[in-house]
Amino acid sequence: MPYTVPKLTNFSAAALDSAVRELLSALEQESAMVASENDWKIYRDRWMARKNGVLTQLNDLWLKAAPGPSKKEVGQRVNELKGKVEHTVEATLARIQSGASSGKLAAERLDITLPGIRRPLGAEHPVIKTMNEIVSVFRNLGYSVEEGPEIETDYYNFEALNFPPNHPARDTQDTLFIVGQESKVLRDRLLLRTHTSPVQIRTMEKMKPPVRVVCPGKVHRNDAPDATHSPIFHQVEGLAVDTDITFCDLKGTLDHAMKALFGSSVKTRFYPSFFPFTEPSADVQISCIFCGGKGTRDGGPCRNCKASGWIELLGCGMVDPNVYGFVDYDPAKVSGFAFGMGVERIAILKYGVDDIQLFFNGDVRFLEQFG
Amino acid sequence: MKLSPAWLRDFVDLPIDYRRLADELTLAGVAVEGISGEGESTAYEMEITTNRPDAMNHYGVAREASALYDLPLKAIEPKLPAAQGKSDVTIDIQEPELCPRFTAREIRNATIKPSPSNIASRLQLLDQRPISNAVDATNYVLWESGKPTHVFDLDLLEGRRLVIRKAREGETLKTLDGVERKLTPEDLVVADAVKAVGLAGVMGGFDTMITEKTRNILIESAWWDPVTVRHMSKRHGLHTDASHRFERGADFESTVLSTNRVAELILTSGGGTLVGDVIDVVARKLDLAPVELDLREVYRILGEKLSTLEINRILTRLGFTLTAGSEDRYLVQIPSWRLDVEREIDIIEEIARLHGYDKFANTLPAYSGEVVEVADAQKDARLRSSLLALGYSETISLTFISKDDAKRFSTAAELDLENPISDEASVMRTSMVPGMLNMLAYNLNRGTDNVRLFEAGKVFEASGEKSVELKRIAMGATGNVNAEVVHGLAPGAAARPLSFFDLKGDVEQLLAPFAHWTFYFDSQTADYYHPGRSARAVMDGAMVAQFGQIHPEVAAARKLKQDVFVAEIYLDRLYQHDLEAVRYEPLPRFPAVERDFSFIFDDAVAFDKIRQAVDDLEIEELRSFAPVEIFRGDKVGAGKYSILMRAKLQSRERTLRDDEVAQWSAQITKALETLGGVQRA
Repeated sequence: MPYTVPKLTNFSAAALDSAVRELLSALEQESAMVASENDWKIYRDRWMARKNGVLTQLNDLWLKAAPGPSKKEVGQRVNELKGKVEHTVEATLARIQSGASSGKLAAERLDITLPGIRRPLGAEHPVIKTMNEIVSVFRNLGYSVEEGPEIETDYYNFEALNFPPNHPARDTQDTLFIVGQESKVLRDRLLLRTHTSPVQIRTMEKMKPPVRVVCPGKVHRNDAPDATHSPIFHQVEGLAVDTDITFCDLKGTLDHAMKALFGSSVKTRFYPSFFPFTEPSADVQISCIFCGGKGTRDGGPCRNCKASGWIELLGCGMVDPNVYGFVDYDPAKVSGFAFGMGVERIAILKYGVDDIQLFFNGDVRFLEQFG
Repeated sequence: MKLSPAWLRDFVDLPIDYRRLADELTLAGVAVEGISGEGESTAYEMEITTNRPDAMNHYGVAREASALYDLPLKAIEPKLPAAQGKSDVTIDIQEPELCPRFTAREIRNATIKPSPSNIASRLQLLDQRPISNAVDATNYVLWESGKPTHVFDLDLLEGRRLVIRKAREGETLKTLDGVERKLTPEDLVVADAVKAVGLAGVMGGFDTMITEKTRNILIESAWWDPVTVRHMSKRHGLHTDASHRFERGADFESTVLSTNRVAELILTSGGGTLVGDVIDVVARKLDLAPVELDLREVYRILGEKLSTLEINRILTRLGFTLTAGSEDRYLVQIPSWRLDVEREIDIIEEIARLHGYDKFANTLPAYSGEVVEVADAQKDARLRSSLLALGYSETISLTFISKDDAKRFSTAAELDLENPISDEASVMRTSMVPGMLNMLAYNLNRGTDNVRLFEAGKVFEASGEKSVELKRIAMGATGNVNAEVVHGLAPGAAARPLSFFDLKGDVEQLLAPFAHWTFYFDSQTADYYHPGRSARAVMDGAMVAQFGQIHPEVAAARKLKQDVFVAEIYLDRLYQHDLEAVRYEPLPRFPAVERDFSFIFDDAVAFDKIRQAVDDLEIEELRSFAPVEIFRGDKVGAGKYSILMRAKLQSRERTLRDDEVAQWSAQITKALETLGGVQRA
């Protein structure tokens, strides 16, 4: 049954509400049926024609019929309805003109389960990403960043770091040398730096304490490439020298850094080691991040920590007083610590990579996993 | 290096099991890397740091354990029968600097035979092959107390004397491993009256060794100069258990004890008689200077106050002797086996490691000083994030290239490696391109056809006696753009082969943030690029990048099966330019007018010329002048191209009038015609 304007006899507010609701409902329903411009013209005329349109009828059947006391309220309601009718009629036209009819929309439907058009992003290299993360932990502790050359002299790579000529500790470094250096004195001979520690010396040469730096960079060793060895890898070196820096400070700093990198539940363990440029020297282990330090996983021994519950991660120590001698610091006045960590080792742990060569062959299938 | 924990029990009564002992020794600095076997045949795999030759044996580790658990350490006391008669063997040290002490002892009428099982099994547990009772005795002592010794067949020594001298020019020595070695005066030898019979501290001679026929034995235990032993070991490529210990510093005071211990073991198993006293020639005393220890310094370095009692206990158990001085000072006498301890800080380390590193508190140092970034950090970060956003994945390749590649891809003087990993990696890279091409090839060979990579790194050049390191970025791209797009998915959605202009666009994006006065592209690129499809970017007169398709011949030589594109960005030059400071410019308030120009030009007229000609008109209201469409083909004619260009005109002050726009259009048309362009109808 199409809507017809009822003749009102009851002019109470409740009765008016009900009549208005009924009218608006009809307005919306009929609007939804409009599918063409022709439909719309009929619709418009039915509601808005001067002669016998719904609005005109309202004037006659509601407003004129209303008793004196109700006239004002009925008048307001009729005005509101007039606005709404005009708005809806206009909106209906806009809708059919935009073509948004249900049929057209149906025809335009897409299979939204097809893949989107992606603009490929490049992937960060896991080693550089890890290196940046390490640097950022220390930057937040107030460390500056320093860099140094990859081809170093014997002086910076060894001598000033308290590796005397002929010291057996030099053998552990598997150094790659540049040809044609024999005519130079030993300290000037060029080699590929075997660690980032030379940057410690370069930093202390150019600034006086307090010093607080991290030095990320590439290092080289004469190691034939295989799953666990690479002739190139990366380290982050750290150095803090000031008055009153103690072994406890070294421990606290690295404990904080390891928690920042591997999560706050990680524990650290320090035990004695040997580096010519630190004394006392220490190696640092963290509780195994795979088995939570228990040494067992999935009912068997944890392979990542060889069931020990600990993973060795970095070397550190208090700066050896001999090193201060090379850079004109007074070891009686200042003290400090240094540390160095292998970035690949940490990246391997974090991402479970099983072959270090994957870092250096540019295989997109590998790199994309870090995008 | 293996050690047996059961053997440690000869010297200290350990109250704990072998696993816990391993863990606690490690935490005290005597690292047990692994454990194998059970019970008496348990073996520790040790990782002793190079500064601790004193701990490379059972007695040394037992001493550590005695300090760790505060237990007494039992002395090694050889029980020898009374010696008979006098030995007429003489020792002549001609090099007192290199051999300050030489100790020897003579045994007569011993029987050479296999070692008793207790000796043999202990050696076997350490992967040492038992040879004979006399040889095994020296080996046993090496693993027991760390002192290398040697035994000669006394009857094969000529003149009954040993001379410690430099080798003679041309002298040879067949060492125990059967190798005939040419000696030089740099070598230090033990010789008899005639010939060299041992390479000092490294290996004994073959011709004077103990055999089944040996009856009379001379035992040697000496102290050799570490540097001399190291040089000889390196020169002859002969790294032995003896050289390993001598070059790290042996115990000067242990020569007599070790000689007697070897004698005891030989006499016990092989019988025979001890002849004469021990012959102990000290050419020069090796005194270790006492060290002053100030407890305040211990606190300053370690950050915690340890009790005097504990410090005393630790050092005493390790063999140090303390004499109290004034206030908090002590004078510490260093034991003869600790050549690594020379300074106060070395003693502080001894205290710290036996106190236990983990017992020290974790604190953070107070902060002072300022934070400084590396100079180009901002520029590095900007380029890196742009490259990642442009779809290039970050890579790291080897720093070394082959000699051929160094010549092919650079004119710079290269730095060769003295001891390269391989011929393919024998030169420090002078160019990033070979590494990038290798990575592209690696992917293509594995079925990855769409690749975009970049690497930021350094190239290395020789400059006189020095090396120069220059920062570069290499980009590599091959395959399709939008490779993953489903064809027909959306209007225009399709994969298409990467072109020169894709790469050029990326390079333009990367260079755009750098402030400059002049900037242009030309085609003067290196010869490994396709001559018609490569360009160089010149900023304020300096090349900051070159890029393009790799020359087909170069690609073919590297077996690259599809076109590859490479870009090199010269950061050392680019970073001469600051990043452009961003300044807001008010948005235009008046409408822009666009005018199209459709022309045919000769191929010789590059677009750069056209743009220059239009620029020269100096029309202030010209906001942009850009090509919209280019067409070549039969309709246009050979050697010509058709180009549609669009000018955008806009004023900051007012709406442009039609007659003004018409006038500028006419100017532009005229300029284009002057260049030889023909306007299309």
